[in-house]
Amino acid sequence: MNYKRRKQLTIRTPEGVEFSFLLAGPVSRCLALTIDFFVKIVIMNVAATISNIFKIISIDFSASFLIISYFIVSICYSITLEWCWQGQTLGKRLFRLRVIDAQGLRLHFSQVVIRNLLHVIDMLPVFYLVGGLSCILSNKAQRLGDLAANTIVIYVPKIEQPELDQLLKGKYNSLRRYPHLCSRLRQNVSPDEAEIAMQAIIRRDDFDPSERIKLFEEIAQYFKTKVIFPDEDIENVSDEQYVRNVVDILFSSTQREWAESKVQV
Amino acid sequence: MIIDVKNFIAQEQKYWDELDQLLNEFESEPVGIGNLGKLKRLHYLYQRASADLARIMSFSSERLLKENLESLVSRAYGEIHETRPVINILSFFQKFFLDVPIVFQKYQINFVLSCLIFISGSIFGGLAVSLDPGAKEVLMPFYQLQQSPQERVAWEEKRTTDPLQGHKDTFSSFLWVHNTQVAIMIIAFGITWGIGTVLMVFYNGIILGAVAIDYFNAGQVKFLLGWLLPHGVIEIPAFLIAGQVGLIFGNAMIGWGDTTSLQQRLRRISGDMMVLSLTVALMLSWAGFVEAFISQYHWPVISYNVKIGFGILELIVLISFLYQGVSSSNELQKKKTTNN
Repeated sequence: MNYKRRKQLTIRTPEGVEFSFLLAGPVSRCLALTIDFFVKIVIMNVAATISNIFKIISIDFSASFLIISYFIVSICYSITLEWCWQGQTLGKRLFRLRVIDAQGLRLHFSQVVIRNLLHVIDMLPVFYLVGGLSCILSNKAQRLGDLAANTIVIYVPKIEQPELDQLLKGKYNSLRRYPHLCSRLRQNVSPDEAEIAMQAIIRRDDFDPSERIKLFEEIAQYFKTKVIFPDEDIENVSDEQYVRNVVDILFSSTQREWAESKVQV
Repeated sequence: MIIDVKNFIAQEQKYWDELDQLLNEFESEPVGIGNLGKLKRLHYLYQRASADLARIMSFSSERLLKENLESLVSRAYGEIHETRPVINILSFFQKFFLDVPIVFQKYQINFVLSCLIFISGSIFGGLAVSLDPGAKEVLMPFYQLQQSPQERVAWEEKRTTDPLQGHKDTFSSFLWVHNTQVAIMIIAFGITWGIGTVLMVFYNGIILGAVAIDYFNAGQVKFLLGWLLPHGVIEIPAFLIAGQVGLIFGNAMIGWGDTTSLQQRLRRISGDMMVLSLTVALMLSWAGFVEAFISQYHWPVISYNVKIGFGILELIVLISFLYQGVSSSNELQKKKTTNN
């Protein structure tokens, strides 16, 4: 999964529990910024239309309204949306980004204001060069505004369960005859290892036939060392089928039921 | 260690749902719910979810469940471990005018420093124009200031038409926007350990010093005062306060004599920076209005004495506001500190 390669911010609570946030990279932030830029242009066009209506009353007032509107929109757009949408603007929402406090605490209004006021520095000298460089060099991917306001921008991944029903439906899983070994397998396998097995199954048709055989052989050998199932149940099972059975045990039982129960709630 | 994940989920699901609902309540009412029972329950549910997360970590192929629990624990962590007072926007604006003098006086030393930098710039600008009149073209980037003071005064006093007729609102808005942008730059440059702020305040001082000495040497002091005082007594302090904010920011970046981390220092000043920045914006909007509607009209339209008197009155009001109730402000501040 590509987001696994992103920078992460891990927070350890006093209770000893760790949770992590995926930090947003400069490219996704730049794209969100571009969307916001176009949204601002649309709002400014609306302001220009309203300003034209005011020309009936006074041309002076109309021009004044336009100048102030442009300024207010450029400053207040991000401040208002980030405060009202808990750290998101329209662009950020589209790219699943969110501004949060750098220590995982609640985002304060003053933080929102300061990070947006410092846009003027991050924009220097052209095309957000200072902000972009700061974002690349900082270990928390912070632009100067984030550094000053003590905020970070995180990527909120969409957790999509693969269509396991489609992949595993109708296949007999001989490993399920040993519930105690299945439980042990679930305990011994790390999330990254489980992810590799699942991705291999999902993408199996994309591999060259010879590479596919090699890959599943390696993965199957690895999982066979995790928990040893009786020989009579695995000797006639192909490597790919073995990996498929492992994925079935790891993902399809409790997770599917749990996800279904969440939908019902 | 969890043996039966299905049973574990069935057992704990109701607590996670309850925590989710409670967090929604807390998040939708950011001022905080003054119900001790609910707070205790939130704390209990947070600890329970934390323990569940720790248990599921050892059963880590349950990725969806883990992500969900992480999200719950992180939200609850944010609510429980936050020690800064929660600011409600409505109450912020209600308290704003009470807070300004307190915050301003709290960082008085930064304001004095900002004034000293500005005065140094003015002296430098004044000396530069006195010693080298050719420097005027470089130091004063506005056409209006390139004329000789005598020529300008004669032109202003003889004119019969209103040069701003039909443009006053536009001019006022332009001034506010331009000055606010400059003030934002002064504040934002605090991130350069205050160096950018110092340079910008110094440069603004140079312009004022050069203009002042130019008119003083030409014997046009009354015109100068009548022209600058009505808006300048608000505009210049606004830039000085912007300089004060930039210096507060720069000081937090450097952290002299402060053993706390940069994050903590910046966290401590963020609320105060916001109050003073908003004050600057408000002051500049008033200054822009006065500059467009009063400052640009000279004798015989408005007497110089009236304009100077108006400027002095504004200054008295501003000083009284910023230094109002020093003792009561201090008490309030002490109270605030004790509460925190």
